[in-house]
Amino acid sequence: MLQQIEGSKAVAETIAACMPDVVCAYPISPQTHIVEALDELTRLGKIGNCQFVNVESEFSAMSVAIGASATGARTYTATASQGLLFMVEPVYNASGLGLPIVMTVANRAIGSPINIWNDQSDSMSQRDSGWIQLYAQDNQSAADLHILAFRLAEELSLPVMVCMDGFILTHAMEEIDVAEKELVTKYLPKFTPRQVLDPVDPVSIGAMVGPEAFTEVKYLGHFKQLKALEIIPELSSEFEEVFGRPAAGPDNYKGLVTKYHLEDAEVVLVALGSVLGTIKDAVDNHRKNGVKVGAMGITSFRPFPLDEVRKSLKHAQKIVVVERAFAPGIGGIVSSNIRTALSGIDIKINTVVAGLGGRPITLKSISELVDRALYGTLPDFSFMDLDVELVERELERNLLTRRSGPMAENLLKDLGTR
Amino acid sequence: MFQIRIHGRGGQGVVTAAELLSVAAFQDKQHAQAFPSFGSERTGAPVVSFCRISVDPIRLREPVLEPDAILIQDPTLLHSIDVFAGAKSDGYMLINTTKSFADLGIEEFVANRPKERNLIVPASDIAMKHVGRPMPNAALLGGFAAATQKVTLESVVAAIEERFPAKIAAGNVAAAIEAYEFVMEELKEVSHVATN
Amino acid sequence: MSTPLKFYQVGSFAVGNRLLGDEQLSVQSRSDRTNSLTSGHRACQGCGEALGARYVMDAAMAATDGKVIAVNATGCLEVFSTPYPETSWRLPWMHSLFGNAAPVATGVAFALKAQGRSDIRVVAQGGDGGTVDIGFGPLSGMFERNDDVLYVCYDNEAYMNTGVQRSGATPPAARTNTTHAVGENPGASFTQGKNLPKIAMAHGIPYVATASVSDLHDLEEKVTKAMSMHGARYLHVLVPCPLGWGTKSEETIKLARLATESGLFPIYEAENGVITETKKIRKQVPVDEYLQIQKRFAHLFGPKGNPEIVKAIQAIADRNIAEYELLGERQ
Repeated sequence: MLQQIEGSKAVAETIAACMPDVVCAYPISPQTHIVEALDELTRLGKIGNCQFVNVESEFSAMSVAIGASATGARTYTATASQGLLFMVEPVYNASGLGLPIVMTVANRAIGSPINIWNDQSDSMSQRDSGWIQLYAQDNQSAADLHILAFRLAEELSLPVMVCMDGFILTHAMEEIDVAEKELVTKYLPKFTPRQVLDPVDPVSIGAMVGPEAFTEVKYLGHFKQLKALEIIPELSSEFEEVFGRPAAGPDNYKGLVTKYHLEDAEVVLVALGSVLGTIKDAVDNHRKNGVKVGAMGITSFRPFPLDEVRKSLKHAQKIVVVERAFAPGIGGIVSSNIRTALSGIDIKINTVVAGLGGRPITLKSISELVDRALYGTLPDFSFMDLDVELVERELERNLLTRRSGPMAENLLKDLGTR
Repeated sequence: MFQIRIHGRGGQGVVTAAELLSVAAFQDKQHAQAFPSFGSERTGAPVVSFCRISVDPIRLREPVLEPDAILIQDPTLLHSIDVFAGAKSDGYMLINTTKSFADLGIEEFVANRPKERNLIVPASDIAMKHVGRPMPNAALLGGFAAATQKVTLESVVAAIEERFPAKIAAGNVAAAIEAYEFVMEELKEVSHVATN
Repeated sequence: MSTPLKFYQVGSFAVGNRLLGDEQLSVQSRSDRTNSLTSGHRACQGCGEALGARYVMDAAMAATDGKVIAVNATGCLEVFSTPYPETSWRLPWMHSLFGNAAPVATGVAFALKAQGRSDIRVVAQGGDGGTVDIGFGPLSGMFERNDDVLYVCYDNEAYMNTGVQRSGATPPAARTNTTHAVGENPGASFTQGKNLPKIAMAHGIPYVATASVSDLHDLEEKVTKAMSMHGARYLHVLVPCPLGWGTKSEETIKLARLATESGLFPIYEAENGVITETKKIRKQVPVDEYLQIQKRFAHLFGPKGNPEIVKAIQAIADRNIAEYELLGERQ
């Protein structure tokens, strides 16, 4: 039903419609509203016999999820930021074991310095964890992708992360068509686990594997990810048949990428998540002025749709990748994946790190980016709206004084006295 | 697209106000987006929330930088933060106060703006009367509906009723209606002054 | 004159008693025992943990009509029981990580609850490292929530799987590879230690017990009792490790007995945070008798020995004896 509803609440109600057996959670901003709502829905008996487990850490949240999933339960949890890092060990364990857990990551920056606002450093840090990662461009797709995620996870016996920008999406109230349970039931069959702890047919799960088979186990994890590239388009079209809208939001193509005015685009902006909305507005503005700009969003970041990305971008002249995280010491994360997709094709790729720790990515800044890309004045790697003066003052302090003090606090002091 | 920024303090229902406004707009078959300023603010700290209303679907995800309307739930904020940042010269401004612009020390700011867009609403007083607590948000929304006509009073009422339990809703609805009428009167006076 | 031949040892602590009547047989003596941890595993000779785990799991299986799901922390037990592609477990068994046996078991328990499978029960197990150190927080969470799991700690007083390093359960003065018996204060330090059974009791959970592989009937009885209850239950079993302790393989049971008979490892049961039963010491022994036969305490004895430290360890035993009232009439 179409309603004006908070993103988190829509996700919670969608999860409820998926009828999980076990939901476990440890609170962390900005994930809290999702699990708060799920607790209430569970207590109200809206999710059948679902068990809501309040755990004492994210490490335990993922561990409970592992135990529950291995017992044949449809299992869900949600986290963000430091919480995701705190559960990294079981996160890898869940994918290694091939347990179809679905987890929302309400994207948030990673400290230090401590910061509760949005960027995508958290989920990006887990890009090689073996989990499938789907990035939502808006709240409608954030909610809908969870339905697809359960189907995909259970089909492949692999865990899926649905990444939605913290606060920007989780705390935004807008119109969302929250999937009806009847339709979800039609789309998402009962969970039939590939492996299950069952006294009738006892198995050992989680044995030590030596050099003789470790590579093969890992290869199969990779194989399943590649298989997902085939399955996601099928599940997406089926989703559209059942629900009458694409699972991954407007302009989405096969659940893998979002294509916006790519057909004749000379400059293409590439991004993941909610910034695509602002980027699309910028594209429209530039198009009005006759500038051939387009945008591509990546929904499935893991597995990475190399072919789709290549097909979408190969005719572009300039590509600007807007990233909400980066790899210190080298630069772009998404960019290097784009380069892999375009290997052998000579297209200029610029990386712009933007929106770190909640800094707004404004329409104005995006528009300027397009202009600079057109004029060729954009560096290979840059930070959007970087306060150069603030940085230089600290660098100078470092030169002048050995004991220059804590960096972040120095910057805050400078800001306060500016 | 019509963009609103609401200023207040933690505990005054600033985020709720933006959300209610978006629900009202949704009731009026418009597209709307409400979101908070994403802080870890505690009770009493300055809080900002935003709302966009549009006939087209809204894709933009930046904070409201150039608001068409500014709602100020707590006038003590006027001189501690730049509540007028990005204000449009013909934008709406509604302040919860019983004082004059001169007493508030913003005479200069309002001077060059259309009079019917600088509005005073005694929202806390109205709330005390109907809700029993100085929660100015519902009243300001009533005032907003009157001043801008961007949402109907009926939808504001419906949004409040949808959000709160009946008893609390009733008080807030009464506050919103009284503030709506108050602003309609205020506008009449302004236009009366203007035509004379 | 030759010693009269005995076919069974009534009232002793010996393993077996296979010639007793059916009703008196231990779980392990029964022909229909489940062999949950069956032969062929790779534990060292004289491994106290292998023995303890076999008794615990078979007793749990007997108590639940064979419907147990086991969750295992990383550690010796996990490694020696499941050398890929073999497994010694004849029950549904899962290993996830070192520190998460308790919450994984919680997940299993809640999944079963959601599925309405109240007939299937969950047992989590780990060594002292996985229990008192790295898995401590999650275990405390499991206790606090009163999740329906029996957690069994097989305590061999150090990280044996990684090659004998100190854990939070390593006793004072013990030599490990991270508490070398050199320098001014040889061996592990005299800290207050981490008494997990007591900490478990402080959570007020339905059942807490200590047990030792020197009294396997008692161990079985405690498992049986624990499985008759619901909620979070904790069983702490002392399991000597010949490798880590530097002891003879055939002396595992003897060492476990000396630990309890000296008062260093009190055996008791507690319900809802209150001790309900204490095993009295049969024949008290000085701690020397226990310590002397372990290479990890070798630096305390002989010409270069340290009688003061032995005295201090005796003081710990004496304090236990007083606190738990370990002397007196046996029931």
